Amino acid sequence: MSEPILRLEGVETRIGPYHILHGVSFDVPAGELTLLLGRNGAGKTTTLRTIMGLWRASAGRVLFDGRDITALPTPDIARAGLAYVPESMAVFSDLTVRENMVLAARSGPLDSARLDWIFGLFPALRRFWQSRAGVLSGGQKQMLAIARGLAEPRRLLLVDEPTKGLAPAMVRNMVEAFRQVKAAGETILLVEQNFHAASALGDDVAVMDNGTVVHSGPMRALAADAALQQSLLGLSLDQHQ
Amino acid sequence: MSGGRGGVLAALLSDDGPRSRVLAVLLLAIAAGLAATPFVFPGSQPIGAAAKICVFIMLAASYDILLGYTGVVSFAHTMFFGIGGYGVAIALDRLGPGWGQVALGVVAALGLSCVLALAIGLISLRVRAIFFAMITLAVASAFLVLASQLSTLTGGEDGISFQLPGELRPAFRPFAEPVLGLAINGRVLAYYMILAVTVLVFLGLLRVVNSPFGRVLQAIRENEFRAEALGYRVVAYRTAASVISACAATVAGAMLALWLRYNGPDTTLSFSIMIDVLLMVVIGGMGTLYGAVVGATLLVLAQTYLQAVMAKASAAAAGAPIVAAILHPDRWLLWLGVLFVLSVYFFPTGVVGRLRGGR
Amino acid sequence: MTDLGATTPASLPAPRRDWAALLLCPVLMAAALPLVGSASSWVTLTAAGLAMGMMIFLMASGLTLVFGLMDVINFGHGVFISIGAYAMLLVLGPLAGWAEADSLPLNLALLAVCIVVAMAVTAALGLVFERVIIRPVYRSHLKQILVTMGGMIVAEQAIHVVWGASPVAIRLPEAFRGAIVIGDAAVERYRVVAVAIGLVVFAGMSLVLNRTRLGLLIRAGVENPEMVEALGYRIRRLFVGVFVAGSALAGLGGVMWGFYRQTLTAGMGMEVMVLVFIVIIIGGLGSVGGCFVGSLLVALVANYVGFLAPKLALVSNILVMALVLAWRPQGLFPVARR
Repeated sequence: MSEPILRLEGVETRIGPYHILHGVSFDVPAGELTLLLGRNGAGKTTTLRTIMGLWRASAGRVLFDGRDITALPTPDIARAGLAYVPESMAVFSDLTVRENMVLAARSGPLDSARLDWIFGLFPALRRFWQSRAGVLSGGQKQMLAIARGLAEPRRLLLVDEPTKGLAPAMVRNMVEAFRQVKAAGETILLVEQNFHAASALGDDVAVMDNGTVVHSGPMRALAADAALQQSLLGLSLDQHQ
Repeated sequence: MSGGRGGVLAALLSDDGPRSRVLAVLLLAIAAGLAATPFVFPGSQPIGAAAKICVFIMLAASYDILLGYTGVVSFAHTMFFGIGGYGVAIALDRLGPGWGQVALGVVAALGLSCVLALAIGLISLRVRAIFFAMITLAVASAFLVLASQLSTLTGGEDGISFQLPGELRPAFRPFAEPVLGLAINGRVLAYYMILAVTVLVFLGLLRVVNSPFGRVLQAIRENEFRAEALGYRVVAYRTAASVISACAATVAGAMLALWLRYNGPDTTLSFSIMIDVLLMVVIGGMGTLYGAVVGATLLVLAQTYLQAVMAKASAAAAGAPIVAAILHPDRWLLWLGVLFVLSVYFFPTGVVGRLRGGR
Repeated sequence: MTDLGATTPASLPAPRRDWAALLLCPVLMAAALPLVGSASSWVTLTAAGLAMGMMIFLMASGLTLVFGLMDVINFGHGVFISIGAYAMLLVLGPLAGWAEADSLPLNLALLAVCIVVAMAVTAALGLVFERVIIRPVYRSHLKQILVTMGGMIVAEQAIHVVWGASPVAIRLPEAFRGAIVIGDAAVERYRVVAVAIGLVVFAGMSLVLNRTRLGLLIRAGVENPEMVEALGYRIRRLFVGVFVAGSALAGLGGVMWGFYRQTLTAGMGMEVMVLVFIVIIIGGLGSVGGCFVGSLLVALVANYVGFLAPKLALVSNILVMALVLAWRPQGLFPVARR
């Protein structure tokens, strides 16, 4: 196992009166795809938002490449090399696909070789390049949101439930796209509910429940152990299969 | 007087007393001062200031129903104030002086105010606070333009001067002898009538905000979505609040017109009156109603007497032109504006909230 | 909107335009011609309406932009208009000779200096206003309305302290006085200047908003400021920058409006705010394009109605607002939000 690029140590997060995360700890090794699994409400989205500084940890530390980023403002966290694809996709619907991508490429003009690679992953983006993002379908918006995260090389990609609400064929495309992104050497932390899709992708896994990590280890071990799946994840994940 | 110890007084105040000894003393002083002004301070300026305080207590308290208890900013409040004034003025001017005409004017004005408040409320209270503020500003300014242009009805820019019912005229002398050294005339009677109406309106508004209805309003102000989720029809409640508020403002306008024997755009409709009311409610304390009493008293006294103080200070600072300029008597609004901004930041519950212990 | 990308397949439909809203003003102008009856009156009315509309646009554009990006409404915006107008006095005194000179270049130079000074003064004031008045009350609309009103009261009084309480008369530079006569129609010269400046500013703003990264960021920030931050941009700076730019635009509007009125009062900005609010409601809160169309619409209607049915003109603005909101409750160009 390689060095962790991201490490969470006992992170606690409160939103208003609610205590959502009760000490979350796990590692994301460089160059691998780490899955964050768990039921609805387990705290997965909150964990990603806390990493990005969109919600503030009240205790614990977030270390990125050994550096404490817990208290940094969100833009500085992004500039440290994290890209974030939120669950809501959050594409700028008033802007065109191209303009969304232009903003995602913070350091300058879009690299055309990289753009071709992205178009290879998500051909629809080439077709709708000059359309307003608001007119895209849900799956296309999701593609655009992920493409934005890939617009420039980043050191870690955080993706929140990319297959949520997608048709089965679209889910297969999405899984294939992630396989290629992974093959290109990107480090990814992926929140996923769809265990079937997840088990095909992950190198490592962290399972959350009630605001803490209840299991972490290689994906292969979890995929082979039906009893462990049952005890950790219950039936809620199986229904997606 | 402090706390709900039962009894007639507590019932009159709807069990919503001042809840602070200093505030209670201050309010008693204001009430006693208003009651005794004609006897204690002779001359036309003090009684005029006292009548103005009464009218603005009504106006500010009714505005507080919107701003403090419902959490919406309306700039159309002076429109209802003006409608009250014009109702009385037009009725008395056209139909001659008489109590029937006063009643007719007030009732007609109340009717118009209700309809307008209902319309504005239903159309625009479902939108966001900013939208509501802008739309009411536009409506109020259109009304001001209409009032100053439809001169056949409203007297235009000049307004309407009219005759009062005989009992309210200066020449009316109900008693042959002076009472406690004061020769009672129609002006004094008019003043006490206004004072009595003010007390009634204020106690009525106090009752409204302490009723179940008032509590729903406050729940909406605190959390609109939760109130909606609990099944309260937010728009209906807000509209009802703005109708009540509009009616009280209409009565205040009618009283001002009766006191001045005149109504015109400048006395009831102008934007600067709207600003004054905002200052009164915010400095006095939003959402307390008593704040309206304190704020109205403070502002009218400042308008009437602060200028004299500033004139002296300005003259004393004649050596330093800038200091003299900002102490110029016409710059009293500068200081109240600063006080207003500081109020919003540092004591959003105003003087009353401060006296009640910073809540 | 933009066509910079090289990889556009020809078969794709162009971005949809909202023709109904865009054609509103041209259709109105065309419809007014037969109603007005005489071509020369129509030219005069239309020119007056366009000039008025451009000035309203200058005064309103900053406010709508600030609202769109920051969800902050500045009810004290009017005082920036007044201060912009008064700031001209800093220039008009020393450069009185330029105003009286019968030389178009010198007159234009004077106008330019007035604009630069007014914009600098209001921009600086905007910086202070943002920090002192507005920053503590982000996210609370009620407090924003109250506190910016308070700031307006104080600033209006400050104008009285600095420049005196009585109205100040100013004179238009020589070349802008009088009218140009085309056939039977007379068009005041200053109105041509106002239209030109309004068009330049609108074109500039459109260019910035649609063709630059800064503009994309502003438009993206209007929709989802959190995501803009997550992409690594410091939106706080963008906020301040837009507020300062909005204040400077109010100052520019103040110069144009001041020359138009030729009388300066501390309340002149607040007086025009009612129109400004109507315009940004009509346009769709936060939309610069909507603000432009709304300004022209309101001003043209006011001029035509004033000619055709003077009594109705008093409430024509409110009527236009009511009609537009009945048609599109969110305004002509609703801005997508979160």
